[in-house]
Amino acid sequence: MLEFQNVSKQFGAFTAVEGLNLSIPENEIFGLLGGNGAGKTTTFRMLLRLIDQTKGTISWKEEKISYDSSHLIGYLPEERGLYPKMKVKEQLIYLGKLRGMKKSEVEKEITIWLDRFKVPEYLDKKVEELSKGNQQKIQFIASVIHKPELLILDEPFSGLDPVNVEVLKEAVLDLKKAGTTILFSSHRMEHVEELCEHLCILHKGKAVVSGNLKEIKRSYGKKNIRIDADFDLSFLKNVEGVLRLKQGMNHSVVQIENEQVSQKILHELASKGFVRKFELEEPSLNDIFIEKVGAAYE
Amino acid sequence: MIFSLKKWVQHMNKFFIVLSQTYLNRLKSKAFIITTVITLLMIFLITNISTIINTFDSSEADRVGVIDTGSFYSPLEKQINMMDAEIVLEKFDGTEEEAEKAVEQGELDSYLVLEENEAQEPSGVYKAKTVAEQVTPQVLETALQQMKSTFAAEKAGVTQEQLNQIDQPVQFEKVALEKGAKTEDELNQARVFVYVLLFVIYFSVIFYGNMVAVEVATEKSSRVMEILISSVSPVKQMFGKILGIALLGLTQYAIIIASGYLFMEMQEESITETGFLSFLDFSNISASLIVYAVVFFMLGYLLYATILAMVGSLVSRAEEVQQMIMPVQLLIIVAFFIAMFGLSTPSATFVTISSYIPFFSPVVMFLRVGMLSIPFWEVAISLALLVGAIVLFGIMGAKVYRGGVLMYGKSSSLKDIGKALKLSKREQ
Repeated sequence: MLEFQNVSKQFGAFTAVEGLNLSIPENEIFGLLGGNGAGKTTTFRMLLRLIDQTKGTISWKEEKISYDSSHLIGYLPEERGLYPKMKVKEQLIYLGKLRGMKKSEVEKEITIWLDRFKVPEYLDKKVEELSKGNQQKIQFIASVIHKPELLILDEPFSGLDPVNVEVLKEAVLDLKKAGTTILFSSHRMEHVEELCEHLCILHKGKAVVSGNLKEIKRSYGKKNIRIDADFDLSFLKNVEGVLRLKQGMNHSVVQIENEQVSQKILHELASKGFVRKFELEEPSLNDIFIEKVGAAYE
Repeated sequence: MIFSLKKWVQHMNKFFIVLSQTYLNRLKSKAFIITTVITLLMIFLITNISTIINTFDSSEADRVGVIDTGSFYSPLEKQINMMDAEIVLEKFDGTEEEAEKAVEQGELDSYLVLEENEAQEPSGVYKAKTVAEQVTPQVLETALQQMKSTFAAEKAGVTQEQLNQIDQPVQFEKVALEKGAKTEDELNQARVFVYVLLFVIYFSVIFYGNMVAVEVATEKSSRVMEILISSVSPVKQMFGKILGIALLGLTQYAIIIASGYLFMEMQEESITETGFLSFLDFSNISASLIVYAVVFFMLGYLLYATILAMVGSLVSRAEEVQQMIMPVQLLIIVAFFIAMFGLSTPSATFVTISSYIPFFSPVVMFLRVGMLSIPFWEVAISLALLVGAIVLFGIMGAKVYRGGVLMYGKSSSLKDIGKALKLSKREQ
């Protein structure tokens, strides 16, 4: 269990994180969401003890994290970077040794990971010769090569093409299966919905939503209806209980206050004309995020 | 107990990983190999310079034609032979035009017109294609001067012996009264030794100190730093780097000194005794001075490397390093100038004072130790202050480093030290 108890961080007069309480179960993927400057990176840095929290305690398996436990932790920082002039192999050996591995162990793992990412030819290449996306793969390898118990990924998918996002996502899921506890931040809601069981949305340093993804959606109350009909739907705006109407090319999405409203709409639609599709959906994380954070985001 | 020992080993292990990585990475770098090879070549040239000069300078002696309107040719020839110069005089019986032609055709290198002036003394006009060559005309002038003096003396009735006596240099010896003060011989050797060492310390601190700053700044600007400090504590990382580069410097010096020694040994005659490098005879240098040299060298490096690592951690982009380390380099330059000045006036008050200031003491106190005989407690105080400053900057440096490596700003300045300290403040 990774626990944050009433953690705050103050930079002078500026409060970066305020009263954060989190319990992250082991062997799970936990998502930390938030806009720029919401306090995600600060939270990670406190967790890694790169900076000290002003208040509160952070513990992993009931113990404080320190440099003695650095071999248990993997970290992919948001600010990406490796030694540009060093070869991939040398680089990973150095970083692996710093995480307490032996050279031979690292060498074995490097081959496995490079094969898995289908880039074994990069072994003896200098990092500066690789594309940005491929550098990111190497950096990801650097953060997991020592088989950490706790893996922290700060915006792991940013700057990657869709194919590489899939490759990395699969790797993350496999690590979870192997027993790794993963804490990751993103502002791409679909990634979080896909990977996380629990999550927390940070806004201006405070946790505005926190808990199990399904429960969060259920307790949110509001639902979406996806409608595909042959006629204009703008009259729905006037139906009581309809919060928003987003008309698209192929289908429209109606946000409603609660499930009951959907049945009323169903009746209305049936009298209007031909309906190809009518589907009651859970709200998307995007909807929840936008409402809670109160600002349009992506 | 066993557990904590294991922890300690683990701690030190990471320190040594950083140290050896820094050391080996630099050792294998092109820059290191090239600078070492160039230095070795230079040393080879210097130690073999007399051989090299002899090989290239095998040209025959200058042939100088002499048109003598008086009767000075034979005394001049005698004088020149006595001076053992590489000049061959030829009596030229033709006119000046013919002599000029001979020079043009290469039969002569130059010619000298000797005349007798009103006082019946010799005077000469030297003509050559160019007068850029200095040695030959100088030798001729000196020879004529000698002749003139002899003639003048003879005219005044002074014998050659009397003249020699006049020319005899005065005997003047300096004897130090203070007990333990250095003798003239010792001082001369010490002066050269200190002079050489001052350069070595100055150069090393700038060169290797910069390397530390650049190393840190590169890691920071390439953003690899955040991974590093999440695995190793900044303090260990910083000192691993500083000592790794120190080891590199020592390796380089070891290579240079060893091969310098070998090159000298390879010479047929000992050049430190007779030849060109006779000033490098350090046989009178005391062992304690050599120990001091090593101690001040290491401590000076440690102080500046710590400051430079701290400064390097504040830089956001690698290009800004030079600008940031400028003020620190100025300190070293000031120290160097004080020491250079102190070579001739080692007892000046400001030299004495600055030998206690940690930024200057590595060079200035070493200079005083080398040139004067100062009581040990003075050296001890200076060393203690220096070590104190290193510890202080080490602690501060580690804190700034911890915060600095997480700071990325638009521009970098030394004011960021305060910000970095705030960021790394331990609040628990």
